[in-house]
Amino acid sequence: MTGQSALNIFLFAIFPYLAFFVFVFVSIQRYLSRPFTYSSLSSQFLENRRQFWGIIPFHYGIIFLFFGHLAAFVVPSHVLAWNGVAWRLYVLEITALIFGLLTLIGLMQLIFRRLGDHKLLRVTTPADWVLYALLLIQIIAGVYIAVFYRWGSSWFSSVITPYLWSIFKLNPDLSYLSGLPFMVKLHIVNAFLILAVFPFGRLVHLLVVPNPYLWRRTQVVRWYRNPRSALKAFISDNG
Amino acid sequence: MNVRSQISMVFHLDKCIGCHTCSIACKNIWTDRKGTDYMWWNNVETKPGTGYPTSWEDQKKYSGGWENKKGKLRLNATGKARIVPNIFHNPHLPTMDDYYEPWTYDYQNLFNAPEGDDQPTAKPISMVTGDYIDIEAGPNWDDDLGGSPVYAENDPNLEGLTPDQKQQLFAVERLVLFYLPRICNHCLNPACVASCPSGALYKRGEDGIVLVDQKRCRGWRTCISACPYKKVYYNWFTGKSEKCILCFPRLETGQAPACFHSCVGRIRYLGVILYDAERIDEMAKLPPEMLIDGQREMILDPHDPEVIAQARKNNIHESVIESAQKSPVYKFVKDWKLALPPHIEFRTMPMLFYVPPMAPVMSARENGVVNAVSGDLFHDIEQARVPLKYLANLLGAGKTEKVAYALRKQKAVRWYRRAVTVGDVSMEAAERMLREADCSIAEAEAIYALTSLCSFEDRFVIPPMHREEAIEAFRDPMEQKQAAGFGFIDKPRRGL
Repeated sequence: MTGQSALNIFLFAIFPYLAFFVFVFVSIQRYLSRPFTYSSLSSQFLENRRQFWGIIPFHYGIIFLFFGHLAAFVVPSHVLAWNGVAWRLYVLEITALIFGLLTLIGLMQLIFRRLGDHKLLRVTTPADWVLYALLLIQIIAGVYIAVFYRWGSSWFSSVITPYLWSIFKLNPDLSYLSGLPFMVKLHIVNAFLILAVFPFGRLVHLLVVPNPYLWRRTQVVRWYRNPRSALKAFISDNG
Repeated sequence: MNVRSQISMVFHLDKCIGCHTCSIACKNIWTDRKGTDYMWWNNVETKPGTGYPTSWEDQKKYSGGWENKKGKLRLNATGKARIVPNIFHNPHLPTMDDYYEPWTYDYQNLFNAPEGDDQPTAKPISMVTGDYIDIEAGPNWDDDLGGSPVYAENDPNLEGLTPDQKQQLFAVERLVLFYLPRICNHCLNPACVASCPSGALYKRGEDGIVLVDQKRCRGWRTCISACPYKKVYYNWFTGKSEKCILCFPRLETGQAPACFHSCVGRIRYLGVILYDAERIDEMAKLPPEMLIDGQREMILDPHDPEVIAQARKNNIHESVIESAQKSPVYKFVKDWKLALPPHIEFRTMPMLFYVPPMAPVMSARENGVVNAVSGDLFHDIEQARVPLKYLANLLGAGKTEKVAYALRKQKAVRWYRRAVTVGDVSMEAAERMLREADCSIAEAEAIYALTSLCSFEDRFVIPPMHREEAIEAFRDPMEQKQAAGFGFIDKPRRGL
């Protein structure tokens, strides 16, 4: 880590751990002590039409991008192999850019939707605005990178992935990052910032995505006289 | 046979005067918080009318309830696989505009207005935004507006009525309306519970009350569209769903729910029934015309020794079985077949039953003279001012037979009591009418007693809920009695 400025060391070698620690600790603590606050805080009930044009492109876009980044992190060699043929690279890059733009359009739609509606402003907290700002920065930076620093799907796998793995292996190696453009660094630091604010706002709805619904029994019955469920209820009532 | 107990209800529509006391009692206890301001867990609607939220019965608009799709029950709105694309934007969610924007008034202006030529007014203020608003709708906006071209004529229950029958409802001289008080039906096959992706909604095993676990609700909003009665509400402030809790903290301490307790017309009855949980699925799949019989078949006779034995085997408390034997609901629904479930064609198996209204008294206006009721039972029922077909759409899954039976029996009981107390009609005719209405004299007396002379204890046969036994291992029951309730431990706020 020699030859790195103190700021670089903090942002790329220390802050990621802080962010991750805050993410894990606060999420769990909030889940255990304030379960009532875990909600998607949907505002569809107050405004339905513009919600559709914002929430749908945003969610489909960001989910695709998330799994795209995840793939490049987990199986970089496969991504590189896929990109080995030119047309496949173009297809991947164009698809990613389309989903990036979808996310951006959706997010803008959601922000303007809130700004333009008095009812929605009443249910918008400072935490929401912070989140909107961070997401907007992140997505604009991402789209900028996709447009101006071409074939990100390839260099991500050979530059960012080893850096992330070095963090993951508790041995941060900042040499991969030297010479990266400002926008890319912004994208990285902002990503860790989003991770750090994650457990404080509405993003926690991601942690409680209801996948067990797909295989649970249709009807739910709870017996309060059953000692086990009574004990569970008591513990849940009393933290 | 899998015997379970269920707290169940009967509303006697003939006695409802539409005073909204029940709504206010509920509002004051449960929904006077921010975000719940627009909710009426109990509301009273004028029928014919569009109700609250507007046209809630129209499932083409709201897609609530179940359908029987090739022998499998399927939710109309969302379901297991369909939740995946619909979780971000619920295509069937009603919005606040379908209910109304809650408001208060700028009362301060009455005191603080500067001196002027006019009386100051208290302008309406939105309880959501705090801005001045023009009120466009309210929870009982069409109160008493039977015959209104805006509300009454848009009632979804008018489907299938002939022009003559509609004329019967709307002709000015014969204008007719009645009231429909509504709470959560605490269904046996609740669509809200089945739709909840988080498993936050559940039915209590011991008493069948349907609740939303506030700590598990994540605001996915599927329950709101799934409930065909629109009795689950979205708290726009906390981002959680809320619904009628049948005042379970009151029931657990032996008191009737607030809306029941405060009912001025004494139209409400509450009691326990025993039912066969094994047959819910089978009965909910029946063709529409057989649903009412299917539901009645599922409700078990609490005097039958085999039922009692099975109930004991399922750990149903002896006191609950005793309660079930005295249940006024069982009498209205099973013994007398007077009370009918609302819109059972939604297939949720509602556990709230309505006695169809006779009022206004059946009479025909001929040549400017109003004729009193005649002895011709069948003819009169067909000529009732509320067309049978209308009541059948509301309470009979579209078929008039069950509604006619209930009305005929009620009328025969009236006729019989008139012969007993006034004596201006012959007892012979009264007995003939009772026979025609499938009613014995003893039954007529029992119906009369429970309808007209009923005391508090007759109307509300609340089983001991034994909640203290369930919690005493962990907590002092006296402390539980004082602290159990809603929003007590975590303040209902938005976000962290």
